[in-house]
Amino acid sequence: MAGNENLRTRWRAWTDAGVTVLAILATLIVVTPLAAIFGYLIYKGASSLNLAFFMQIPRPEGESGGGMANAIVGSGVLLLVASLIGVPIGIGGGVFLAEFGRGTKLANAVRFTADVLNGVPSIVMGLAIYSLIVSTHSGLIPFSGHFSAFSGGVALGIMMIPTVCRTTEEMLLMVPHAVREAALGLGLPNWRSVLSITVKTASPGIITGCMLAFARVAGETAPLIFTAFGNAFMNTSLNQPIEALPLQIWVFAISPYDDQHRLAWAGALVLIALIVLAVSLVRYVTSRGVLKGAS
Amino acid sequence: MGVGIEVSNLNAWYGSNHTLQDINLNIPANHATALIGPSGCGKSTFVRCLNRMHETNPIARVTGMVRIGDRDIYADAKPVEIRRRVGMVFQRPNPFPTMSIYDNVAAGLKLNGFSNRRALDEIVEHSLRNSALWDEVKDDLKKKSGASLSGGQQQRLCIARALAVDPEVLLMDEPASALDPVSTSKIEDLIFQLKSQYTIVIVTHNMQQAARVAEKTGFFLNGRLVEFDSTHKIFTNPADKRTEDYITGRFG
Repeated sequence: MAGNENLRTRWRAWTDAGVTVLAILATLIVVTPLAAIFGYLIYKGASSLNLAFFMQIPRPEGESGGGMANAIVGSGVLLLVASLIGVPIGIGGGVFLAEFGRGTKLANAVRFTADVLNGVPSIVMGLAIYSLIVSTHSGLIPFSGHFSAFSGGVALGIMMIPTVCRTTEEMLLMVPHAVREAALGLGLPNWRSVLSITVKTASPGIITGCMLAFARVAGETAPLIFTAFGNAFMNTSLNQPIEALPLQIWVFAISPYDDQHRLAWAGALVLIALIVLAVSLVRYVTSRGVLKGAS
Repeated sequence: MGVGIEVSNLNAWYGSNHTLQDINLNIPANHATALIGPSGCGKSTFVRCLNRMHETNPIARVTGMVRIGDRDIYADAKPVEIRRRVGMVFQRPNPFPTMSIYDNVAAGLKLNGFSNRRALDEIVEHSLRNSALWDEVKDDLKKKSGASLSGGQQQRLCIARALAVDPEVLLMDEPASALDPVSTSKIEDLIFQLKSQYTIVIVTHNMQQAARVAEKTGFFLNGRLVEFDSTHKIFTNPADKRTEDYITGRFG
């Protein structure tokens, strides 16, 4: 009997070790591609990074030097416009789905639309905005009739909506019923309870959703090709075509010049670094903000 | 000061389930009243009808009259108003997890637009003293989140939160059932102190608890109020055979 027990204990120990090794392996496999991409980008791009890269606009083809200042600023402008559109509409839609429209036909329709929108290929989104804004001459649509930073921002903003909307909904549904009851039990009106208690409780998750959507559209190229269009010069006007990092990377990567290839690598590195930076910054600020809001 | 509660012909449903049937009783002001009975007997539904929380469930329905003080709460008041006058403490402590201790207590006032900081400080301190939590949390009111407290402290925080809006009635739905014995006795001491200022209705599974804190006790069974009398009478000489069977442990 004792021998039997001993055998079982050893078998358990072996299984434990085996599963642990498998879990570590899986983790490594998950981390490897990210580390590899980042490593390769640093290897290829870091050598072309210098002050000029951040301060100058591209030189004419064939000339060496220059930078991507216009693309960095352009991406910033586009993402700002996109976030101003995507975040409020997405959060508003998510709050509606989780709190006010639960079980209604309209909510089901909105949820279905958001899911389909999420699946729309980004190039199609670009085409749609092209025909709605860029190729339309109408006084009703701002900045219409030509390529513009505005149209690019709108295309990216609409792409953010479904991710923000659905994560907001899911995060709100995860807030315990007891918390909602506590708020109602204090005599708070429903809208107040939703805004100040439920949404606040879910805010870390909602912010993560916004960051996911932001990071996703920050790297989008296709919807910008015939909206923001690209611009070899520095521009901050919503009314003018504007450069964006992914667009510039794409253009430089398929060009025949080695110098532009190097800039493209550096641009890719900067793009990823900026996304990581933006996401970490927002996380840091909002995590402090939640604690500050609590004081 | 607390006010009395008068309930007549109260009926409540969840969907087609008739959970409360023809309830009539008078709850005296500034006393603690305990409601006992087996699980599913309707006692929780009953207290939720006293502050119109019952109707927050879309399939719920209520008929009958509940008069709190001089107001018929189903005829001439909005649910939101009623809930400010009739505070509630729930079975599981449910502090707002993203808020500090201070903000948890101040929430009911702050979110209803009350913004006088000095008055708020005083109310928070007063409410926390009233719920016997002040000495344990006064040093990190704004530093610690409400969720970082122990279960018993959280429940006293929830009581402070309910007291801060200055209600007339305090409903407690099994306030100690998720707590250890030490925390439970603290909550009971608290009920003892609070009933001079508030009308307290406490739902409990623990009959000794009912006997310890309440002057009046009601026994619910299958959605009906079987017996309502002084606690002493209920536990020593109940009029109804079913009450006797329940308190002597023959069922339930």
